[in-house]
Amino acid sequence: MVNEIQIQVNGEPRGWRDGGTVADLLSDLAIATERVAVELNLEILDRKDFGQRSLCEGDRVEILGFIGGGCETKGESDGRER
Amino acid sequence: MDANDRLTIAGHEFRSRLWVGTGKYKDFAETKKAIEASGADVVTVAVRRVNITDRSKENLLDYIDPKKYTILPNTAGCYTVEDAVRYARLARAAGISDLVKLEVLGDERTLFPDTAGLIEAAKILIKEGFIVLPYTNDDPIVAKKLVDIGCPAVMPLAAPIGSGLGIRNPYNLKIIMETVKVPIIVDAGVGTASDAALAMEYGADAVLMNTAIAGAQHPIAMAEAMKYAVYAGRLAYKAGRIPRKLYATASSPIEGML
Repeated sequence: MVNEIQIQVNGEPRGWRDGGTVADLLSDLAIATERVAVELNLEILDRKDFGQRSLCEGDRVEILGFIGGGCETKGESDGRER
Repeated sequence: MDANDRLTIAGHEFRSRLWVGTGKYKDFAETKKAIEASGADVVTVAVRRVNITDRSKENLLDYIDPKKYTILPNTAGCYTVEDAVRYARLARAAGISDLVKLEVLGDERTLFPDTAGLIEAAKILIKEGFIVLPYTNDDPIVAKKLVDIGCPAVMPLAAPIGSGLGIRNPYNLKIIMETVKVPIIVDAGVGTASDAALAMEYGADAVLMNTAIAGAQHPIAMAEAMKYAVYAGRLAYKAGRIPRKLYATASSPIEGML
């Protein structure tokens, strides 16, 4: 039985299994690891470490990618923000 | 177009002298068509949170092939040195290149650059190995400082972002072009084709725009207009224009007249 922990992903609270890695999280969210950046508690992770970094209770994860932008751009990474 | 007239910045070679942003389009299909019509090979993108709640939404980079285009991430929306540096690092971690279009904005109403913050952020990022292309004001002194700290190009504005006012201070831009010995990319404020042509005629090495194309009634047609404007302006600059004179000089000879 895996313990459920609480983490925050892109500002939203989320239940997570204890011991699950960043790579597992991305896989669960159906996010390809290429061309995304992951920040864990303000530390930017190297892509090759995604599989080694386990998430702990209270961790704050930010997953970022590229969106359409020229200069000033607001919104989420869905290309329809403006 | 002249295949040999390449623009080189810090080892990166560019075919097109028109660079385009990818914001404000109706959808990705329109973005792609407009970029193709513009002939641009450099496109700017922003870094934002991935939408984790709706994964059905498409990704911009499915439409814009990073093998075909130089993807230039920006730090748009950053108002502090810390934020700009953080976004630049995230852009690099997301894995395109060391290139960053650095923006440190000073004020929401004008979106003018905070040039003091810009220089500070540029110093930090250059030390970390970034190729910093700074979005700056049309200020020759700031442009020179940015070059002195190691920026391989500078991107002075023509007018406020998205304003479409065209080149508000051509004399400052000319002074920047004379005093700074790195490529100058006029960035922001272009409204229509003649603005882009003018920037190139003054001697800009490239022009970057987004709203002028994306906000036009017919973005794809405007993208094509901008392609020719930048090309015409570049050719005219290299051809060397005639000096302005107050009075007429006849083009037809007097000799042989009755």
